[in-house]
Amino acid sequence: MNASTDPLKTTHLFFGPQHPGVTGNMSVEMWFDGDEITKAITHVGYLHRGFEKLMERRLWIQNFPLVCRICVPEPDINEECYALAVEKLDGIEVPERARWIRTLVLELARFAVNLMAFGGQAGTIGLGTGAMWGITFRDFVLDLFEELSGARVYHMYIQPGGVRRDLPEGFEKHVLEVLDKIGKRLPEFDRLILNNSVFKDRTVGVGIVKPEWISELGLVGPVARGSGSGRDVRKDAPYEAYGELDFDVVTEQGCDIYSRALIRRREIDLSMDLIRRILESMPGGPVAAPLPNLTEWRIPPGEIYTRVESSRGEYGYYVVSDGSLKPRRVHVRGPSYVHALTLLERMLVGANIADVSNIMVSLTTCPPEIER
Amino acid sequence: MKFTDIVSPFLAWSRAAKKADTIPYPQKSNPGSDRYRGFHRNDLDKCIGCGRCEEICQNLAIGMVQVEDSQPVKGDSGLRPLVDYGRCCWCALCIDVCSTGSLSLSNSYSWTTYNADTCAYIPGTDEKAWDHTPKGYSQDNSILKWAGSPRVSMPAARPDKRVDSFEEVIRGYSPEQAAIEAARCIQCGLCVTACPAHMHIPEYLRAIADGDYAGAVKLFFDNNPLPEMCGKVCTRECESVCAMGYQGEAIAIRWLKRFACEQFESLSDVLAVDEKPLEQGRGKVAIIGTGPAGLSAAYYLSRMGFEAHVFDKDEEGGGVAQHAIPEYRLPAAGYEKQMDVFRKAGAHFHYGTEVNDADILKMSDDYDAVFIAAGLQKSSEFRIPGVELPGVKHAFYFLMNKPEDGSIDVGARVLVIGGGNVAMDTARTCLRLGSEVVISYRRRIVDMPADEEEIEEAMEESIDFRPQTIPIRIEKAGQRLKYFYAEAEMIDDPNGGRPKPVRKDDIEHGIEIDTVFLAIGQSSDLGFLPEVIAEKMTIQWGEIEVDKDQYTGVKNIYAGGDITPGAGDIITAIADGMRAAKAIRDGGNLIVNLK
Repeated sequence: MNASTDPLKTTHLFFGPQHPGVTGNMSVEMWFDGDEITKAITHVGYLHRGFEKLMERRLWIQNFPLVCRICVPEPDINEECYALAVEKLDGIEVPERARWIRTLVLELARFAVNLMAFGGQAGTIGLGTGAMWGITFRDFVLDLFEELSGARVYHMYIQPGGVRRDLPEGFEKHVLEVLDKIGKRLPEFDRLILNNSVFKDRTVGVGIVKPEWISELGLVGPVARGSGSGRDVRKDAPYEAYGELDFDVVTEQGCDIYSRALIRRREIDLSMDLIRRILESMPGGPVAAPLPNLTEWRIPPGEIYTRVESSRGEYGYYVVSDGSLKPRRVHVRGPSYVHALTLLERMLVGANIADVSNIMVSLTTCPPEIER
Repeated sequence: MKFTDIVSPFLAWSRAAKKADTIPYPQKSNPGSDRYRGFHRNDLDKCIGCGRCEEICQNLAIGMVQVEDSQPVKGDSGLRPLVDYGRCCWCALCIDVCSTGSLSLSNSYSWTTYNADTCAYIPGTDEKAWDHTPKGYSQDNSILKWAGSPRVSMPAARPDKRVDSFEEVIRGYSPEQAAIEAARCIQCGLCVTACPAHMHIPEYLRAIADGDYAGAVKLFFDNNPLPEMCGKVCTRECESVCAMGYQGEAIAIRWLKRFACEQFESLSDVLAVDEKPLEQGRGKVAIIGTGPAGLSAAYYLSRMGFEAHVFDKDEEGGGVAQHAIPEYRLPAAGYEKQMDVFRKAGAHFHYGTEVNDADILKMSDDYDAVFIAAGLQKSSEFRIPGVELPGVKHAFYFLMNKPEDGSIDVGARVLVIGGGNVAMDTARTCLRLGSEVVISYRRRIVDMPADEEEIEEAMEESIDFRPQTIPIRIEKAGQRLKYFYAEAEMIDDPNGGRPKPVRKDDIEHGIEIDTVFLAIGQSSDLGFLPEVIAEKMTIQWGEIEVDKDQYTGVKNIYAGGDITPGAGDIITAIADGMRAAKAIRDGGNLIVNLK
C-alpha cells in the first residue's frame, strides 16, 4: 500500500469538475493527511468537444470560427495560430495593416485576460471584490471587441489572409479612452490586491515553482517568468508586428503565487504601453489578402508548427495538409497541458488544501487546451 | 506585515459612493454595436437562393427551403435560407460569402419565445422585430471578395493586329488558367436552369478544376453534342445568371467548355461513340437540316438506337451556325472534328439532297418520325427607297457565301444596317477585307440584340457605330451609293415596352458608301411543307408552333431550331433537338410502339 493514498491515513476527495474554484472542466483527485495533500491526480475528459477531430471534417475557412472556442477568455490566439499556419502553408502574403491590426487585437485580448486573471487570483482566496473588478475591467475591453468584430467573446476576427473588417471609425479613440479609464483605476486595484496583507499572507512563498523545473517540464509564460525565466515568444520568435515593437520581457524572481500575480499586473502595464504604440504606428492599406473560392480552397501538402505568446505562455498549432479541401491534422498545443497535469500534480503535494484553487488559478490552467 | 497593507484594501469602500460600472438590466440595456453579429435578416428581393450560405455553414444551421411567395424562375432557385438558432454560432461566414449580399445580421441579440420551434425561422419571410433595424453585421465585399471575384482574363489577339486577318480572336485558356477559373464556381447550379439544354455545368466545371477533361467532355455530351461550337459562340444564358456575377464576374463557363474540348484531337475517342449504341433497332427517323437542332436530334436518336437520316440541301451540311459565323469566331477547321462524332455515333448524312413537299409526305410514311430543323433560310426584306440598287446586299447571304476568301468585292466603305450578330459579323468581316465600316442602327447601342462581347470587340476594332439613326433612302451617287438617315431620339413606351426611336428633326444626313448590307433579320422558307401537313400545323410569322416535346401536332412530325419560335440561338436549337429525340423515343405520338 502506498503511504500517500493509504485509506486509513488519508482522506480521499474529488475537487471538481463542478466546483467554482476549478478553472474549467477538469477535476483534481486528492488524498490528504490533515490539511496537507499527499497526492494529487488531474483528471480531464469532461469537455466532450474534440476540436482537433472536428477540424479534420471542416473546410479550411470553416475552422477559423471554430478554433476560437478552444479558449474563452483569450480566443484570438487560436485564430492567430490557425491563420498563421494556413497562410504559411498556402503562401499567402498578409497585408501590412492586417499584421498591425492583429497585433493590436492580440494585445487587447492579453490585456483583458490579465485583468481578469489578476482579479481572479484575489477571488480564489475570498477577495471577491478583486474578481468583480477584474471582470468589470475586462468588460470595458469586450466593448471594444464588440465594436471591432461584432462579438464580445468569440471575435472570429483574425481570419486566414488578414482580418475580416477594417477598424471602425473612431476605434483608436475608443481604445485610448478605455486605456485611460482602466489606467486610472489600476492604483485602486493595486491597493486592493497587491497591498493587501491577506493576499500577501496567502500568496507569498506559496505555490513555489522551482526555476530548475522550467526546462525540466517545459514551463512557459507567467509561470516561467515568475521564476526568473525570460521566455516570451513575442521576443524569442517575433510574429506579426512584435518584431517592430521594442519592449522588455517582464520577469520576477519570487517563484511564488505573488510573483505570478505581479507578472500579470506588470503585463497589464506592458499591454497598455504596447497598444498605445501600435495605434501610433498603425500603417494604412488593405486589411485582407484575396482568398480563392472558399469551398474549393485546397492547400498544398505540407506541415507547419506556428506559435504565439498567449497570456498563459507559448501556444502552438501543428497543422498538416494533404492537399485536400480540409486539414489532415490539426494539433493544438497549449501550455496548460504541462501546467495542469505535470506541474500541478507535483506542486500540490505538500500544499495546504485551501490553497489548491489558489495554486491552480496562478497557473491559469485551461482544460480545453489539454482536451482538445 | 506593513500597516498600510492592512488599511489600503479598505479604501475600496470608497467605490460605494461612486457610479456603478454595471448596467441595471432590464431597466437599461446596452444596444449591440454597429457591427454586432445578432439575428439574421434577408433581403428577399435580392436573394437568389444560390445556397452559398447553406454550403459554407459549418454547423449545418442553414437549410434552403421552399417559401410560399417565391417560385423558382430563371436565375433564382426560389429557395430561401432557414436558420436554426439551435445550431447557429454567429460566425457570419454566411454573410461574408452571400453572393448577392442579401443576407445580413442585425444588432439584436435578445429574443424571448415560449415556442422552441420558432427558433428556426426563414429570415425575411417570418417577420421579426429586427427586420428593419439598420445596424448590424453586413457584408463588405470590397474587403474580403468572398462573394464575388474577378474572372481569369481570356487571352485575345490585340484589336489593331487582329483586323488584318481572319485568325481567331480568342486564344483560349492555358490549363493553369482554366483550373483557377473553374475553381471559382460555387456549385449553386443556377446556371443549369438558365441553360436551354440544362447542361451539367457545376459538375463539368468541377471536373475541369480537377483536371479531368475527359470527364468534362463526357458530361457535355449528356446534353449537348456540339460543345466546341458552343464553347466558342454560345449566347451563354448560364453566365447571365451566375451567382458570382452579382458582386464579381460570372464564371467563364463558355470559355471553359471550349478549353476542355480543345484538349482532345478527337472527341469521339473520348466518348467511345463508335462502340455499339446503347440500344439498337428502335426505328428510323428523318431529320431535315444539319444545323445544331438537326445534329442534336441525330446524335441522341443514334445513341438511343434509332437509325437517324439527316438531309441537307447543302453539299457540306452544317447549317447557318457553321457557315454564317465568320472564321475569326468559329474556325471552319473544327468542323471535321465535330462531325466525326456524329458519323461515328451512327447518323446517316444525305448531303446535297433538297427535300420537297412530296419527299416530306413520303417520309412521314416511310419513317417512324420526321424532325424538321430547316432553320431560317431567307433574309428579311427591308423597304426603303433604293434597296433595289446594285450594291445593296443582304448581309446573311453574304456571310453564307464564305466571304473570308476575299472573292466578294465590298468596296472601300461599307454600311451595315442592323444591330444583331449578323450585322456585327458582316461589319467585322468587311473590316478584315480592308474596308472602312459604318453600322447604322435605329435604337441605342444597349438595345442591340447582338452579343455584348461582339459589340465590344467591334468597337475595339474601331468600327464606326451610328446608333439612333433612322434609314431614309439610298441613292446612286456616281460609282458609289449615298445613304441618307435621320437622327432619332428614344421615346419611352407608355405600355412599358422598350423605348421607340422617333425621328428628332427634319435634317437629313448623307454618307457616301460603296456597299450597303441589310442585316435586319432572317425568316423561314416553308415552301417544302406539303399543304396537307402545313394546314394542320399552327404557323405564325413563318414559324412552326410546337409543344414542349417539339411536337407539331401532326402525327409523327416534330420541329425544332430556328424554324420554331424561341430564342433563335444555337443552344436553344440543340435543346430542341434533344427534346425531340426524347419525345420520339418515348413514342407518345408514334404509331409504332417503340420500346
